[in-house]
Amino acid sequence: MEKKNITRRAFLKLFGAGSVATAASLAGCKSGNKAGSQAKQEYRNQVEPPVGQMTYRVNPKNKDKVSILGYGMMRLPSKVDNSDEFDQDMINKQIDYALAHGLNYIDTSPVYCQGKSERCTGIALSRHKRSEYFVATKLSNFNHDYWSFEKSKEMYHNSMKELQVDYIDYYLLHAVGGSMEEFNGRYVDNGIMGYLLKEREAGRIRNLGFSFHGKQEVFDEVLALDEKYHWDFVQIELNYLDWDYANEISKSNVDASYLYTELQKKGIPAVIMEPLLGGRLANLPQYLMTELKSRDPERSVASWAFRYAGTNEGVLTVLSGMTYMEHLKDNLLSYCPLKPLTEEEMRFLDKDIAQKIVGLENIPCNDCKYCMPCPYGVDIPAIFVHYNKCKNEGSLPMGVGDAEYRKHRRQYLISLDRVVPRDRQPDHCIQCGQCEPHCPQSIRIPRELAKIDEMIESLKRNPEGPEV
Amino acid sequence: MLRKIRTILAAVMFVLITLLFLDFTGTLHHWLSWCAKIQFLPAVMALNVVVVAAFLLITLICGRTYCSIICPMGVFQDILARLNRKKNKYSYSKEVRWLRYPVLVVFIIAGVAGIGSIFQLLAPYSSYGRIANMIFQPVWKMSNNILAELAERADSYAFYSVDTWMRSMPVFVIAAVTLVVIFILAWRGGRTYCNTICPVGTILSFFARFSWLKIRFDEDKCKNCSLCSKNCKAACIDFKTHSIDYTRCVVCGNCIDSCKFGALKYTAAGPSKKTNKATDANPIDTSKRSFLLATALVSTAALAQKKKEKLMDGGLAELEDKVAPERQTPLTPPGSLSFQNLATRCTGCQLCVSECPNQVLRPSSDLMHLMQPTMSYEHGYCRPECTRCSEVCPAGAIQKVDKEEKTAIQIGHAVWIKKNCVPITDGVECGNCARHCPSGAIEMVPLDENDEESPMVPAINEAACIGCGACEYVCPARPFSAIYVEGHEVHKKI
Repeated sequence: MEKKNITRRAFLKLFGAGSVATAASLAGCKSGNKAGSQAKQEYRNQVEPPVGQMTYRVNPKNKDKVSILGYGMMRLPSKVDNSDEFDQDMINKQIDYALAHGLNYIDTSPVYCQGKSERCTGIALSRHKRSEYFVATKLSNFNHDYWSFEKSKEMYHNSMKELQVDYIDYYLLHAVGGSMEEFNGRYVDNGIMGYLLKEREAGRIRNLGFSFHGKQEVFDEVLALDEKYHWDFVQIELNYLDWDYANEISKSNVDASYLYTELQKKGIPAVIMEPLLGGRLANLPQYLMTELKSRDPERSVASWAFRYAGTNEGVLTVLSGMTYMEHLKDNLLSYCPLKPLTEEEMRFLDKDIAQKIVGLENIPCNDCKYCMPCPYGVDIPAIFVHYNKCKNEGSLPMGVGDAEYRKHRRQYLISLDRVVPRDRQPDHCIQCGQCEPHCPQSIRIPRELAKIDEMIESLKRNPEGPEV
Repeated sequence: MLRKIRTILAAVMFVLITLLFLDFTGTLHHWLSWCAKIQFLPAVMALNVVVVAAFLLITLICGRTYCSIICPMGVFQDILARLNRKKNKYSYSKEVRWLRYPVLVVFIIAGVAGIGSIFQLLAPYSSYGRIANMIFQPVWKMSNNILAELAERADSYAFYSVDTWMRSMPVFVIAAVTLVVIFILAWRGGRTYCNTICPVGTILSFFARFSWLKIRFDEDKCKNCSLCSKNCKAACIDFKTHSIDYTRCVVCGNCIDSCKFGALKYTAAGPSKKTNKATDANPIDTSKRSFLLATALVSTAALAQKKKEKLMDGGLAELEDKVAPERQTPLTPPGSLSFQNLATRCTGCQLCVSECPNQVLRPSSDLMHLMQPTMSYEHGYCRPECTRCSEVCPAGAIQKVDKEEKTAIQIGHAVWIKKNCVPITDGVECGNCARHCPSGAIEMVPLDENDEESPMVPAINEAACIGCGACEYVCPARPFSAIYVEGHEVHKKI
């Protein structure tokens, strides 16, 4: 009996201990949940860009607040089941996502994506308020048939129709830089320049500028026309490879450091294209990837290129042709907000890494497809991209001294057949040279194709070992 | 025991020769091309005395073992017959002479007269080759392509994709019909084809009749149970009279295994000579006569042939498929010596077509030479490093050449068709033919010799051209190339 009788004190003691334990265990549970949701949040943060964190730059001319990331509509996604058609649903989804994350600059051209880019862009943007975005397009009158005033004017008005807008925020003379004769022929002599200036006055063009690929003397001369035309912005190629090495890679290109400095002198904002060189700066050889990753293991290889392009204060926006949602998310992560690179990090990229990339001797093709379609069916960019990939992987058969010649030979021939059908391979290039003037990187396309063709022929003829 | 040995050997031979036909990678033929070269008819056509004599000798000693082990068509029928699981499904039937011997005569006449289509249609090894090439190989390649697709996803280079295309509709139909007919015949009656139609079977039967080793009855042990007859796929055992038609027996050994009383033995001399003599006595004269006749005919046929021997960005421009030009003289591969040599020796087995890695060889569409190979260059050209067809041909229709020899064999010459040439039609520079000519036989010259500015067009040095077709293949003019190769009746060394 005694044992069963619990005293009040003992009861209170027991009860107290029990409640403490319960409270502790409850608290333990709670903190466990918190850790769980925190872990969840960390996973999310690693891949999901935050809303409302976008870095903006202010256009000094008209105080436009432009997002540092711009959407380039040159590499639109195709339908999964039909690569000939663009996937409008996906384009809409990605534009919606980009705008929701603060992106507000969209760049297109009448010639992009076999001429379908403007229409796709227009459809996607028409679902948003006109005040939410700035749209940029170009006078892409490359073809001699379009050099006339009427044809060029028609191209300009058609752009507004396709984009479903009644004014264009940023209008560019497309790909200036081949020669002054070409510049004058396309824009000045036919009177279209005067017409565009009037359109700017009327407010249907809010900013007038040009995009540049090519020779320094043309850049200087066209930039000097600022006195007359008052360029509102200029679009240039800038990335850590082109900063100091553009001219070394191709004699007819200008280093980005020069272009940017000249624009700064005149206080003209720069719009950046090719920050990633068509993906080449995201597809580095393993040892260079490791070098970048070891400095910042949490961020992608591409993020370095985007932070590099955005760090300079004179940059208005950095364009990226984001084909897939993961490209868009990764770039938003780099820019929401932008963490500028330090001086030391900038030099690490444009000296150390860039020099090693130059040493790879890749064909400087950015897969922009301006050379396409080749009238004789050759798939030029696919051949170059494949060649660079093999070269960077170290699987290009190297001739005499290549211990793994047979393996590399087999790999090269099989993988080329996989990406390029036989009748579109280099042996079908007739060296007519029609592609060459279109290449913004001034690649001597026929010569490069002939070199690859010779290599393939030698591989085919010598299955056992390289020609001595 | 006899049956087991026979089954194993036959299975091995059949698998090897089928692999030889299926393989498109160019590796197996280094080890397996002998399988085709020991086939009887190709050996006769190649005047391969050693092989022919060896088989005649083997037949004289062991009977028609060739038919049950070496010949893929024979083994193929055994496989098809096995699919019919019914037991004791055969019965004795008489020899169908009215069909058997006339077919042989027609076959020999067709061979001598050079009526290729009939000759090739009846040749057993070639019939199997056509089935293997036209029906089995595409299935094999498609399975490979599935693997290649998977390999591509796994970033592996173990398999690569190969093109399959209809090389010749008529030959495909012939192969399909052959397959169906053989299937029905084998299902119902085992070796009916071998013993009523096959000319090789008939030729060997003349020798098998006299073979030293034979399957013989021990009449004392035989209880007339009929199991041997019911299990003889050649339908050649008459259990009632204890007689075996040795012209049709392919020495498969099924009867020995099926006999529960040990009354059948494969021996040199039987205990019951009387019966054998009695049954043999009658047909011996005719058979001797036909044997001599046949040997004479076969050898003269072979000899006769030996004599004859000799604006926006992006997108891809649409490419129209190239159309094969109508060549006045058909192209035949280096090593075939002449169109005539190929036409008379080729047994139409399609082994060369199976082997060709450049999609150049295909069966001819010409009625007289329906199943024989011809060349065309829409999908590829006769590449300088390849001599595969010459390595595999068992009939001597394409004789072995090496890479160095090949560079000097002229099988045809390039012809320029001015109105298709792109420097003239499109006003662009080209010269792709000249750049890709492995013999350096093409030079670009101004169209107007007095005008340096006129379009550069190809000038062909016909004497240096070997007819490989590189120019035709890489010519940008579509669908009709501006340069094409016209064949030569007789190949020349240059």
